[in-house]
Amino acid sequence: MGKTNTEDYLRMYRQMVRIRTFEDNANQLYLSAKMPGLTHMYSGEEAVAVGLCEALTDTDRITSTHRGHGHCVAKGAAFREMFCELLGKAEGYCRGKGGSMHIADQSHGNLGANAIVGGSMGIATGSALRAKLLGQDDVTVCFFGDGATAQGLLYEVMNMAALWKLPVIYACENNGYSEYTRTDEIAAGSITARAEAFGIEAHQVDGQDVLAVNALARDLVARARKGEGPFFVELMTYRYHGHHVGDINREYYRSKDEEKDWKENRDPIIRFRAHLVSEGIATEEEIEAMNAEIEADAAEAVAYAEKAPYPPADEVDMHVYAD
Amino acid sequence: MRQITLSQAVNEAIAEEMRRDPAVFLMGEDVAEAGTPFKVLSGLVEEFGTARVIDTPISEPGFVGMAVGAAMTGARPIVDLMFGDFIYLVMDQLCNQAAKQHYMSGGKLTVPMVLRTNMGATRRSAAQHSQSLQALVAHIPGLKVAMPSSAYEAKGLMKTAIRDNNPVVIFEDKLMYQDKAEVPEEEYLIPFGEAHVKRAGRDITLIGTSSMVQVAEKAAALLAADGIEAEVIDPRTLVPLDEATLLESVRRTSRAIVIDEGHQSYGVTAEIASRLNEKAFYHLDAPVLRMGAMDVPVPFSPALEDLTVPTPEGVAEAARRLCGGEMIHAA
Ligand SMILES: Cc1ncc(C[n+]2csc(CCOP(=O)(O)OP(=O)(O)O)c2C)c(N)n1
Ligand SMILES: [Mg+2]
Repeated sequence: MGKTNTEDYLRMYRQMVRIRTFEDNANQLYLSAKMPGLTHMYSGEEAVAVGLCEALTDTDRITSTHRGHGHCVAKGAAFREMFCELLGKAEGYCRGKGGSMHIADQSHGNLGANAIVGGSMGIATGSALRAKLLGQDDVTVCFFGDGATAQGLLYEVMNMAALWKLPVIYACENNGYSEYTRTDEIAAGSITARAEAFGIEAHQVDGQDVLAVNALARDLVARARKGEGPFFVELMTYRYHGHHVGDINREYYRSKDEEKDWKENRDPIIRFRAHLVSEGIATEEEIEAMNAEIEADAAEAVAYAEKAPYPPADEVDMHVYAD
Repeated sequence: MRQITLSQAVNEAIAEEMRRDPAVFLMGEDVAEAGTPFKVLSGLVEEFGTARVIDTPISEPGFVGMAVGAAMTGARPIVDLMFGDFIYLVMDQLCNQAAKQHYMSGGKLTVPMVLRTNMGATRRSAAQHSQSLQALVAHIPGLKVAMPSSAYEAKGLMKTAIRDNNPVVIFEDKLMYQDKAEVPEEEYLIPFGEAHVKRAGRDITLIGTSSMVQVAEKAAALLAADGIEAEVIDPRTLVPLDEATLLESVRRTSRAIVIDEGHQSYGVTAEIASRLNEKAFYHLDAPVLRMGAMDVPVPFSPALEDLTVPTPEGVAEAARRLCGGEMIHAA
C-alpha cells in the first residue's frame, strides 16, 4: 500500500472520528441544557459525508441538510467555529445567526445546511450551472435524506441537470427513516430508478463502508469534472440517535434490536478501524492516540465556545442586506 | 429625446448588463428564441447565445432555486417568471432560501439575483394571471422590490437591480409593455430608495406605484381643473422605501392617498399609509387614505374586472372629498 493511500485512509478515519466526537459533545450540550434549540445528530452516517467529501477539493461545493454537522466537518470546518455557532456565539461560522440547522462554511465550499427538507436541491444544481456557465471545473455534491426524495423540487432540478449535463452529484442518505416514519412507507418503487428515468447514472452503495463510498465518489467526481455528470448515489446508512436530540423514546417506530444491530455489526468507524489495523496502516495504540487527541480538541473547543461572547445587540439587524 | 417602449427599455438594460458582465445570465420559460410571451427579451439569444439565455422547463421552483445557487457561487442570474401569479410556486426558494442566505450565514453568502416578473389587472386574464403580489415579497426581509412606472424607470431600475448584491424582485406592469417614454441613449442607473416627484403640488400628495403612477397623474390633471393642486410621487422601490421624500411632501400638503394595484388589505398601501400616519401625524388634516385593488380574486368579465382597480376618477373623487374636509376612509 502506497504512502498516499495510507495518508488518505488515516485522514478518513480521523474525519469520521471527528464527526462522532463532535456529535457526542453536541448531544451532551443539549442534554445539559447549554445549547439553545435542538439539533439532529449525524452519528452512524460518518462514512457517507467523509467518503464523499474526501473526494472533493475546497473549491468543490456541497449543500447540506438539517442533519448537517457531519457534512460541515467532512468539508473541512473547525470545531471552535462550529461549537460557537451551535451555541449562538459571535465567533460561530455564521456569527450565531444560523445555528445548527443553517451552519455554512463558505471558506471550504459548504453552502450551508438547510432546514427546509429538500430546500437546497435547487441551490446545488444552480451552483453546478454556474460552474458550467463560467467555465469553472468544480463539482457540487447535494446531500439530502431519503425523506427529501418526496419533494417535487428534486425531479425538477434533476431534469434540468440531466438536460444540461451539469457537474452535480445527488447524494441521497438513506437512513431508513424520515422523522418517525419508515422509508418504505413514504417512497414508492426504487429511489435510484427515479434518477435513471432522467437518464442519470445512479448507484447504490453501502454507506457504512467509507472505502466503498470514497472509491465511487472519486470516480464520479472525476467524471463530473470532465462534463459527464450529473450522477445520483443512494447511500444506505443509519442514524444512531433519534430524529433529533429530543427523540428519546422511539421504540414505537424502530426497535432497540435494530439499532443494536447497526451499531454493533455495521458501525463505519469500528469497521474501518479494524481494516486499518489488519492492513498494518495503524496500530491500536496509534488509533487510540488519535481518538484521544480528537477528544481533547473537541473538549477544548466546547470550553472555548461556552466562554465565547454572544453577538452584540447591534448585530441583530446587520446582514439583512449585502452592500 | 428618443422614445422607446417599456419592453424595449427592459431589453436594453439586460443587454447592456450582459455585455458588461459575463457573469450575468438569463433563465426562464421561453426566454430564448421566443423572447417570452410578451416578446420583452427578443433578440437577446441571438446576441448572447443559448448558454446565457437559457430556456427552462416549466419548473418554477426548480429554476428559481438554481438561480439562488448560481448567485451564491458567483454568477448573477436574471430569472424570468412569466406571470407574477406564479410567485406562489417559488415562495420557498425566494423567501426561505434567497432572502435569508446573507443573514443566516452572518454576512458570508450573498445572492445577487434578479427575479423579473409582472403584475396588473384589466387584461381580461382572470384570477390566476392578473394579480399584483408585490406586498407578499415586500414583507420578507432580505428581498428588495422595484416597481417601474415607465420605460425610463424600467431601464434604470433593472440595471441597478442586476448590479445589486441582493435578491431583487422587479414587477413590471404587463399592460405597460408597449407604453413609450423618453429614455436617454446614454447609460444611466436609478438608485434604489429614491422616490421621484412626478408632479409638484401643495394641496394633497398622491403616492402611486407602477401603473398607479399614471392613475395618480390623470387624477391630478382632473383635480387641477377643480383648482386642487396634487403632488404625485412614485416611490420606485418599495424596499428600500424613500420615506423621507414621502414624509416631506405629506408634511407640506397635510393630506395623502396611497394607490397600489395589490389587494388593499394588509397591502402596500396599508404599510405606506401607516408610516405616514405615524410619522407625520401632527401635520395631517385627515388620515392617509389607502386605495388598493378590491379584496376579491380578479374576475374575468370586463364589466366586473374594471370595478376592482383604482381609477383616476375614483382617486380624484376621494381627493376632492379629503380636500373638502370630509373624514373619509378606505372602501
Ligand atoms: C419542507 C419541510 N417539511 C417538513 C419538515 C420537518 N422535517 C424536518 S426533518 C424531516 C425528515 C427528513 O427526513 P430525511 O430527508 O430522510 O432526512 P433525515 O432526517 O433522515 O436525515 C422532516 C419531515 C421540514 N423541515 N421541511
Ligand atoms: Mg432519512
